[in-house]
Amino acid sequence: MIWASELIKNFGAISAVQGISFEVPKGEIFAFLGPNGAGKTTTIKMLTTLLKPSSGRVELDGLDPATQPQEARKRFGIVFQDSSTDDLLTAYENMEFHGVLYKVPKRIRAGRIEELFKLFGLWDRRDHQVQYFSGGMRRRLEIARGLLHTPKILFLDEPTLGLDPQTRNQLWSQVKRLNETEAVTVFLTTHYMEEAERVAHRIAIMDQGRIVAQGSAAELKQQTGTDSLETAFLALTGTSIREEEGGSIDRMRRMAKLFRR
Amino acid sequence: MNAVYILWLRQLKRYGRSRSRMAASLAQPLLFLFALGFGFGPIFQKAGHGNYIQFIAPGVIGMTVLFNSMFSGIELIWDRQFGFLKETLVAPVSRLSVMIGRTLGGATTALIQGVIVMAVCTLAGFRVQNPSLLPVALLFMALIATTFTALGTGIASLLSDFQGFQLVMNLLVMPAFFLSGALFPLGEAPAPIRLIASMDPLSFGVDGLRTALIGVAHFGIPTDLGVLAMFTALFLGVGGYLFSRIQL
Repeated sequence: MIWASELIKNFGAISAVQGISFEVPKGEIFAFLGPNGAGKTTTIKMLTTLLKPSSGRVELDGLDPATQPQEARKRFGIVFQDSSTDDLLTAYENMEFHGVLYKVPKRIRAGRIEELFKLFGLWDRRDHQVQYFSGGMRRRLEIARGLLHTPKILFLDEPTLGLDPQTRNQLWSQVKRLNETEAVTVFLTTHYMEEAERVAHRIAIMDQGRIVAQGSAAELKQQTGTDSLETAFLALTGTSIREEEGGSIDRMRRMAKLFRR
Repeated sequence: MNAVYILWLRQLKRYGRSRSRMAASLAQPLLFLFALGFGFGPIFQKAGHGNYIQFIAPGVIGMTVLFNSMFSGIELIWDRQFGFLKETLVAPVSRLSVMIGRTLGGATTALIQGVIVMAVCTLAGFRVQNPSLLPVALLFMALIATTFTALGTGIASLLSDFQGFQLVMNLLVMPAFFLSGALFPLGEAPAPIRLIASMDPLSFGVDGLRTALIGVAHFGIPTDLGVLAMFTALFLGVGGYLFSRIQL
């Protein structure tokens, strides 16, 4: 369902992704683990038509996102790592907007939104503008929105960042349900080992732009001779903390804070 | 088509909810109207050109539409920074329809601002010569709005933050306004200014507005309409192309 071969992405002199290859069969939950700056998000961007690879090939359901972006976009849904909601719209309007763009039929849209809002505890706040939401509520909205339509492939880029255990639990049971009942292929990144171990069929560990190991949690533990995924992860990627450069977006966010209403 | 509509609607909702922006974007045109209109009024009168408020009001309306539509286009940078752009760029709709929806939405808000300023001009003593030509004036306002929203969107597609924004304001928007004949009659301006004005889409927009509102023409409505429509098509095309190439 997802296939990548020798995928490379360079930003100027910096090489974010340095020739990775992997395959995710239909109906599998596949997790990408890696320290900050490993290239996980860059990889997801290349898979979801937001970035063009410097070289290498990608296929989503047999389609190349670089040359057939619009067809490819019909195949997937995504929950982004950082905010992607409209602050001035209400939670409900954000959902509606998504539903229209993804052609969720009107007669099932309202019911589906209600169901997801109740599931993620947003129903009472549905008519509030997102600018008044807390960080956790924003994340819940992003996740609810990502589940509004049922894609063939679901990308989750660190979806549980900053979520409470209750919401995390809801999220993963929803994802598992979609995976089991609708055979949705799931591609996720996370920093939480126990999550990856709990939901993912297979795991790839990425570090400094390369995949350093892949296999099931059990295989990774066996391969490194460790007894937990966390120690296996540290054995594969080392214990030093990674540098990550703040891009223009970070600079801009800081500036925007100064001008906030 | 639904995608275009929902994107248009979103721009309108955002506009309706940012009152401070609405107020701020009215302040500047009013300053021009009152300071220049009343300040230069007596001199204009003595030079034998009649009432300056009458003359400058279409220019100030054109300017309002120019500034607001440029700003609406540039607003794309905010969406990029705050992440909402991603949501629209991965959606299964063509980038062109996303761009058209945004542009029409931004243009509509600029048009509304223009209408508000026209009403305020009337309070300041401006009189429309022939009310039956008001639809023509609205058409010109809509074309100015679409042209510059598309241009702003195109430029914003190339910028990842606001560092280049000041450059755009100073090198593009301000000259487009001051050299368009919004504030002075082009007919008696020196040849170089007339030449530059004849390459500025706003010149044709303001001239069309002025002809429709007070019956004073420089290029004449057919030329105004033809040239402005050409610019609209050009900027929509170029803006759509640049937008479709955005990478995040």
